[in-house]
Amino acid sequence: MSESLTGFAYLAAAVCFILALRGLSSPESARRGTALGVIGMVIAIGTTLADPTVMSFELIIAGIIIGGLIGTVVALKIEMTALPQLVAAFHSLVGLAAVFVAAAAFFAPEAYGIGVLGNIQAASLIEMSLGAAIGAITFSGSLIAFGKLQGVLSGSPLVFPGQHALNALLGIALVAGVAWLVQTNSETAFWAVVVLSIIIGFTIILPIGGADMPVVVSMLNSYSGWAACGIGFTLSNTALIVTGALVGSSGAILSYIMCKGMNRSIFNVLLGGFGGEVAGPAAAGGGEAKAVKSGSGDDAAFIMKNASKVIIVPGYGMAVAQAQHALREMGDLLKAEGVDVSYAIHPVAGRMPGHMNVLLAEANVPYDEVFELEEINTEFSTADVAFVIGANDVTNPAAKTDPTSAIYGMPILEVENAGTVLFIKRSMASGYAGVDNELFFRDNTMMLFSDAKAMTESIVQALG
Amino acid sequence: MGTDKLAAKAAEAASSGDPFIFMFTVFVLAVFIGFFVVWSVTPALHSPLMSVTNAVSSVIIVGALIAAGPADMGFSKVMGFVAVILASVNIFGGFIVTNRMLAMFKKKPKKVEAAK
Repeated sequence: MSESLTGFAYLAAAVCFILALRGLSSPESARRGTALGVIGMVIAIGTTLADPTVMSFELIIAGIIIGGLIGTVVALKIEMTALPQLVAAFHSLVGLAAVFVAAAAFFAPEAYGIGVLGNIQAASLIEMSLGAAIGAITFSGSLIAFGKLQGVLSGSPLVFPGQHALNALLGIALVAGVAWLVQTNSETAFWAVVVLSIIIGFTIILPIGGADMPVVVSMLNSYSGWAACGIGFTLSNTALIVTGALVGSSGAILSYIMCKGMNRSIFNVLLGGFGGEVAGPAAAGGGEAKAVKSGSGDDAAFIMKNASKVIIVPGYGMAVAQAQHALREMGDLLKAEGVDVSYAIHPVAGRMPGHMNVLLAEANVPYDEVFELEEINTEFSTADVAFVIGANDVTNPAAKTDPTSAIYGMPILEVENAGTVLFIKRSMASGYAGVDNELFFRDNTMMLFSDAKAMTESIVQALG
Repeated sequence: MGTDKLAAKAAEAASSGDPFIFMFTVFVLAVFIGFFVVWSVTPALHSPLMSVTNAVSSVIIVGALIAAGPADMGFSKVMGFVAVILASVNIFGGFIVTNRMLAMFKKKPKKVEAAK
């Protein structure tokens, strides 16, 4: 293939990837978009295989078959509730692949036309080490995120004194490592950069709590894109540069949306240590004095059956309890009774952006009954019942009224404006932010103490 | 010696027609495209967005293919082989899981809409 034809082919692949993302602007066009993404990938791989430097295909075919089989089996078997950890695991693979490609380019620069072993152009070395460093941080950071999401590692933030100083030192060491590599072309320097970056990935993500993982996963998504970009510069491959930039900005925007959903800065999230038992003692003291109204599944069924409008607010608790199917059944029964049922999703509900939407879709809830915070927040005042299942902090009015609260300023779903608020919760424990929710003690609130799935099923029974 | 080369590179880059400037232009424009395209994605599809970006970022496989391509066995070829496996897991896994998610997003059945 001539050089300009190759260039055109990579451009076509890049355009396909742009259209793949563009398709996601609505569920109708989304699948067509994904198909274009697959076509783009086939074009990119085919073009590279047609390159004259690619002469032996045994290992390549073997690699694609092995990797393809693993990927296919995992993707078909995975439970939708486990999506966040799957995505984290996938990010770590992209990161690791970037490290390996950078290593391959470092030890066989001739194949990439960037110099000879031990004498690679400085610019290429910088690009390569950026790709390798960001890739390695993505790899180890995503491993930690995976561990926290999967429950292999404790979700609570791991903080130790001198942590920020350590990270700063590691960062300086990394920059020094890159400078050393560019100066000397040394193999040791290359591996030092990789190892330092892997350590940085661990130390950055470990102090961040489990419920902040939506931000972390989005951020690592972004990193995997920038790593691809770095490699793209090394290879002078426009498809890789464009795709990396797309993915990089996509992840960055998602992190921004998540942070805005919590009214916290990205630095506040990254510095870690958020959440925990800060408000513990005070909350317990105040809580005992106040009375809480609690009810059963029958009570909840009775209230909702006689309502004309019910808004359901799902949170991570619904995902943990796998209650989405029972919830949809409840919604169907209510609709059969003539009740108007809709769903309200907070931007940070769940463990990854859009997590709740996928779980509801999995349970066959039509997507046009599911609304984002801005779309539905004014509706609560006209709703008879707000049914909160496995969510807490995202409904807490303290975010609007109490400037001393840890969640002050965070946009909330204004369930307190509904006629009655039903809360399914296991206990009176405070949410992730460690803040007491005054809603529990209001007259028009009824607490349903149980596992989200068990309680929803008992409501379904009472309705049926 | 390295800094000399760096300086030479910078001087070269300042003149037009340098491939780095070309690539950097592509990069900056792509960031802008990404910015606008991603803001137009509906929040309900943010999970599929993540998995599909994950799949497409595995286009890094082109670098792995070049490394795994030479006829002679060597360290870089092994690195390339491993990277081909890793990227393939992601390409297949990413696209399939995205498709699985998107297949679940359904509209309200027509009947209900008509009754409304």
